[in-house]
Amino acid sequence: MNRLARGVTVGVGVALAVALVVALLELPAAAIHLPGTVAQHLAQSGVEHPVTAVLLNFRGWDTLLEVAVLLLALLTLLTLSGGQAAVAAVEADPLLQGLARKALPLIILMAGYLLWAGAHRPGGAFQAGAVLAAGAVLLQLAGLLPAWAAPGRLLRLGLTLGFLVFLAVAAALLGQGALLQYPPASAGGLILLIEAGLTLSLGLILAGLFLFVTGRRA
Amino acid sequence: MMTLAFDWLLVVALLWSAWRCLASADLNRAVVMFIVFGLLMALAWARLDAPDIALAEAAIGAGLTGALLLDALGALRARREGRDVHGEAP
Repeated sequence: MNRLARGVTVGVGVALAVALVVALLELPAAAIHLPGTVAQHLAQSGVEHPVTAVLLNFRGWDTLLEVAVLLLALLTLLTLSGGQAAVAAVEADPLLQGLARKALPLIILMAGYLLWAGAHRPGGAFQAGAVLAAGAVLLQLAGLLPAWAAPGRLLRLGLTLGFLVFLAVAAALLGQGALLQYPPASAGGLILLIEAGLTLSLGLILAGLFLFVTGRRA
Repeated sequence: MMTLAFDWLLVVALLWSAWRCLASADLNRAVVMFIVFGLLMALAWARLDAPDIALAEAAIGAGLTGALLLDALGALRARREGRDVHGEAP
């Protein structure tokens, strides 16, 4: 019986895989040439890198919702864990602590570079935020940063700042008729403002996914 | 020729690490294979001329998710050991 069930499962899995490959091979050609359209309008987007132009300008609405989803995930995690007292940092390894202290300035510098580079080459708020979060996780693992308990007012502000800035820009531009349609003259500045807020908030949110969980366990 | 050999090596290594990650009975090894898979995947994205996705994959897919999985593994182990000390049924 067990062997039969396993055989059926493998059979269904293989059939699904074959069907997916066949469907991929028979995909019709795209009706519009999107890379061409992006390249055509790149000059009005305020940035020179097509990926950033799509993420923050042409499809800014998607990115806004993505940030909201990440924030929601963290809020759910906080709701599940409930308010608990702060936990002392784990025991320290001097070598790891020394390395973490040396690495931290470089990590912050790297995050700043990625944020700035996003305008004209691969990089941007998500990558910079992930690097910042990795720095916080490193500090926690080295015993230099205690795990987070219930967030205070400042941390709450930091977690939501990126989303709020993004939302504020979107609301301010609503008067022009279309959501998140930046005026070409100030698009670059607005994108940098949004990305700076997002870097901070995404760093805190991603770090929070690790630090709040660790705090809950101990 | 060299790049073709590298790409095939990458494909084989990706499939191998994915299989080891899923099939390994040792959870610790499975998590390490997951991180290896994430880093190889980042390489694959870079080879596909998608450096933005490669950066995100390396930082979030391999780095943060790997750290979270290792942390969860440690929590599971600590809970199991605590239970053994108190003499409860596993």
